[in-house]
Amino acid sequence: MFDDFFIRALIAGIGVALVTGPLGCFVVWRRLSYFGDTLSHSALLGVTIAYSFELNIAVSVFLVSSIIALFLIQLQKKTNLPGDALLGLLAHSSLAVGLVVIGFLAFIRFDIMGLLFGDILAVTVNDLIIIWLGGALILLVLKLIWKPLFASTVNYELAEAEGLNPDRAKAIFTILMAAIIAISIKMVGLLLITGMLIIPAAMARNISDNPQKMVLFSVIGGLLSVIIGLFSSLEFNTASGPSIITASLVLFILSLLKIKQSIQLKN
Amino acid sequence: MGSNNNTLVKLKNVGYHQNDKWLVKGVSLEVEKGKIVTLIGPNGSGKSTTAKIALGIYKKIEGEVEKYTNKVGYVPQKVSIDWTLPLRVNDFMVLTENLKDDAINEALSLTGVVHLKNKNLGNLSGGEFQRVLLARAISKKPELLVLDEPVQGVDFTGEIALYALIKKISDELNCGILLISHDLHTVMSATDHVVCLNGHVCCSGSPIDVAKNMEYKALFGEQASQILSVYEHRHDHVHSSEGDIKKN
Repeated sequence: MFDDFFIRALIAGIGVALVTGPLGCFVVWRRLSYFGDTLSHSALLGVTIAYSFELNIAVSVFLVSSIIALFLIQLQKKTNLPGDALLGLLAHSSLAVGLVVIGFLAFIRFDIMGLLFGDILAVTVNDLIIIWLGGALILLVLKLIWKPLFASTVNYELAEAEGLNPDRAKAIFTILMAAIIAISIKMVGLLLITGMLIIPAAMARNISDNPQKMVLFSVIGGLLSVIIGLFSSLEFNTASGPSIITASLVLFILSLLKIKQSIQLKN
Repeated sequence: MGSNNNTLVKLKNVGYHQNDKWLVKGVSLEVEKGKIVTLIGPNGSGKSTTAKIALGIYKKIEGEVEKYTNKVGYVPQKVSIDWTLPLRVNDFMVLTENLKDDAINEALSLTGVVHLKNKNLGNLSGGEFQRVLLARAISKKPELLVLDEPVQGVDFTGEIALYALIKKISDELNCGILLISHDLHTVMSATDHVVCLNGHVCCSGSPIDVAKNMEYKALFGEQASQILSVYEHRHDHVHSSEGDIKKN
């Protein structure tokens, strides 16, 4: 069954969506979409390093993104530049350095479009193992830090005062962000990973009245986006990442109808 | 102030500065089991800052904080819930601790808002939200309760009822309470110790029994006068508008 590239892509996509659902909710709640962009742009550097030293792409991306994330946290503490300027600085400089390094690697056949926008043909059985094992690990860790992370998302001082250690939860969450980018880069492409995180979660917000529901709908939205996106990618011969994100956009627009309805109910 | 087995938190000459400005300095106080300490003072006098130092939210401080409990309930002065986060009262109640449904209902009934259990937090009025905040803080049966203006936005009868409830909680749980009052002159009768802050400790002492004072009884009514007390400030210095401190 795994011989078919499309089946592999589908299984990989489902694995990715199961993880981006809950993580994406936190990205929306904590206003981290630019942070996600910065990490995913820095992933290009991780990919080039992987090619240069013949490392596993996911591992290399994970390490580089984690280092960039920790570097960012240090910069935030030590400089007075506003957060968005720092994010922009790191996002674009790491993207630029990544592209420059690619220039030097001209001897390697490089599918740059596949890297930026995802390539379902590229998913191997090995990738499936990384996505499902890595994904399970991410979800397990997220479950462990859920309480302090969620409490500090609602109110940092409450979480700190009542002994939940929100700083540790935040640091671990940052690493989880780097990990999800590492495992989903082949599917969605590094320019669109943040979309995969925030669009299903934003859609879920429109139709949920409590956090558990929002996480559930975010997962369902992500799964539907992957399935619809991949089938249309096969049908219309479009890149997998943009197809998945377009599908999630359609779901988001549909969810706006529900909001309109509930506003009318109130009036 | 020697610490004993009953001490829950003790501040020793603590201070905190931000952007080269001292928010509070030289504050010492102690909260013991079963005791209520009330902080009063004008806006910007460092009441909330002192509470946050006691809670360990501010870590880069001068002086020392000794804390002898981890079971803390906190009602912050301000909590804003972002629209992006859908949160019902029920979800908020279990924010820092997993509670059984009975415990949630009990706490919400105590503060009179059990009917709001499935309402979205964003749709509550100011007074209702305060009652939910208080319910959440007491539901975990803490040893130390830190209440930062817990009755702000609550109507006067409600205020009296909530103060009566705080007194009841203090008796039942035998917890120590650090209460920040929004009023400069009236404090709960049950208060054991009042600390008046204005960047530093201006004065401290115990409240005068309002119930004995006919004038206040007339002003606040029979029930209120049993709950509220006045605090007569005895300052030996004045703060000028430039921020200087002059000894009388």
